[in-house]
Amino acid sequence: MSRSFVNPAVQNVPPSGIRRFFDIAGTMQGAISLGVGEPDFVTPYHIRNAAMDSILDGETQYTPNKGLPTLLEEIARYLQERFHAPYDPEKEIMVTVGASEAIDLALRACIQPGDDVLVPDPGYVSYAPCVAFVGAHAIPVVTKVQDEFRMTEEGLEAAVTPNTRALILPYPNNPTGAVMSREDLLAVARFAQKYDLLVISDEIYGELIYEGERVSFAALPGMKERTVLINGFSKAFAMTGWRLGYACAPREILSQMNKIHQYTIMCAARQAQVAGRQALKRGRENGFEDVNTMRESYNRRRRVMLDAFRKMGLECFEPKGAFYCFPSVKHTGLSSEDFCTRLLQQHKVVCVPGTAFGESGAGHIRCCYATDMNRMLEAFDRMKAFLASL
Amino acid sequence: MQALKMQVLEILNEDCRTPLERIAVMCNVPMEQVAKAIEEMENDRIILHYAPIINWDKADRERVEGMIEVKVTPQRDLGFDAIAGRIYRFDEVKSVYLMSGNYDLLVLVEARTLKELASFVSEKLSTLEAVTGTATSFVLKRYKQDGVIFDGEKNDNRLAVMP
Repeated sequence: MSRSFVNPAVQNVPPSGIRRFFDIAGTMQGAISLGVGEPDFVTPYHIRNAAMDSILDGETQYTPNKGLPTLLEEIARYLQERFHAPYDPEKEIMVTVGASEAIDLALRACIQPGDDVLVPDPGYVSYAPCVAFVGAHAIPVVTKVQDEFRMTEEGLEAAVTPNTRALILPYPNNPTGAVMSREDLLAVARFAQKYDLLVISDEIYGELIYEGERVSFAALPGMKERTVLINGFSKAFAMTGWRLGYACAPREILSQMNKIHQYTIMCAARQAQVAGRQALKRGRENGFEDVNTMRESYNRRRRVMLDAFRKMGLECFEPKGAFYCFPSVKHTGLSSEDFCTRLLQQHKVVCVPGTAFGESGAGHIRCCYATDMNRMLEAFDRMKAFLASL
Repeated sequence: MQALKMQVLEILNEDCRTPLERIAVMCNVPMEQVAKAIEEMENDRIILHYAPIINWDKADRERVEGMIEVKVTPQRDLGFDAIAGRIYRFDEVKSVYLMSGNYDLLVLVEARTLKELASFVSEKLSTLEAVTGTATSFVLKRYKQDGVIFDGEKNDNRLAVMP
C-alpha cells in the first residue's frame, strides 16, 4: 500500500454538516426548502445588462489584480457613504471571488500555524475549516439565545487564549439572524484592543438589517487599523452566482492579501466586476432602490415566519438581520439533526440543523425566509402537521 | 398611516387575496389598522377593484381582443373627457387611455367574435361625432400582463441546501 498523498490538515477537517441534507433533498420530489442560503430574487436587470454589454463589447481580458479601478472607487464611495468607513481605493481595497475568498486571504495573510482564532458558535460553516487550513485553531465563542446570539464580552473573555491572534466577527449573523448594536460592537472593540487582536469583520449581510442602524466595525474609533472588513454583492444585490466580494484593510495587511490573490486567483471575473460597479453606481444614483425593495420584501416575510413559528409553539427570538430565523426545537425532545431529518423524510420540508453551525446551535434549526410566500406558508402547514404528530 | 397604506398597496398588488391578519403581521401593526387603511383607500377610490389575472386562452373561452387607436376632436371646455366617457360606457370597452403621440385615445376592446368586434368599431365607435379616425389592431397572443408572465414558469435555480 502506498502512502497517503492527502494532507492530514485537510483530511482532518470534517465535511460540511449539511451535505447529507443536500443529498437527501436533492433526490426528493415536492420538497420545500427553507435550507437555502441566498436571495430568491434574481440579480436586477440593469446589473445583468451591464455585464452583457461588457461581454458584447469584447471586454474579455484580465483586470488588475485588485480589481477594476472604477469598481474600487465605487466601493470606497459606497463604504464611506453608507457605512462611514473610509478606505483608500488605491491601497486599501481589493476585489475578491466572493467574500469567501476574502476570508481565506485574511486568514492566510495574518495567521500562523499554532495561532488561535476566535469564531462565533453558532457561526457560518466555513470559518473553522479555513482557520484549520492555515494550521491554526478555531476557538468557539459561545453565543446564547438569551443574548439574542450576540457576541458578549463575557463570551469572548471565556474563549480567549494566550495564543489568540484574531477574531472573526460576522454580523448580521448567519445562521442566527442576530445583529450587533453600536454599543455591542464597542464592547468587542474594547476586547480587541485589550488583547491586541486582528478583527475579521464579515459584513456580507450588512445591508440586510431590519431594525436599528447599520454600523461597520471598521468605522468605530481606532478599529480600522486592526480590522479586515469583508463585504460583497451576493446578499445585498442578489448576486450570489457572480462570486464577487471585497476586502478592505490597512495597506500593510491588504498588500499581503493581494500577494496571495495575485498568485492564486489573478483577478475576479471581469464581467462580475462590471456588474458590481453597475450595482453600486446605480444604487448611489437612486438611493439603493433595488436593495430597499428586496430588504422590505424580506422584512415582511421575516415577520410572517416569526409569527408562524411562535404560533406553532417554536420559541424564536426576533432575528433583526440577514434572512434566517433560528427557532428552538428543544421542547420536542428531538435533537436538531433528528428534527430536520424527520421533517424532511416525513413532510418534505428542508431546514438546516443548528449543529451544522457549531455545538451551540444544538436544539435549533435554521430556516431561510428568502422563500416564496406561498411555498413558505405551505412549509408552515407541513411543519405544524409534523409537530402535531410528535 | 401614509407609509402603512403604501405598504398595504404593495402587498395587495402582489396578491390581493392576502388575508388581513397576514398583512398585519407583514406590516407589524394591529389588524384593525390594516382594515381601516384598506377601507379608507376603498372610499377614496385608490383601491377600485380586486380581480384575478386570467389566461383566457387556457380557460377555453372564445374571445377576441382589439386595441383601437382613436383620433377625436376635443370638445370646448370638456377636452377629451366627454368623448372618453362616451366611449368607456360601452360594455365591450375594457380600458381607455388618453395618449400622447399620433392619436388621442387608446381603446382596448373585447368581444366574443371578430364579427362582433368589427361591428363595434363600425357601428358604435366610428359613428360617434367626435371620432375622426380609428385604427384597429387585434391581439394575437398575450405574453405578459400587469407584471405576470403567462407561459413562463417560475424557476428556482437555487440549491436546496446552502450554508
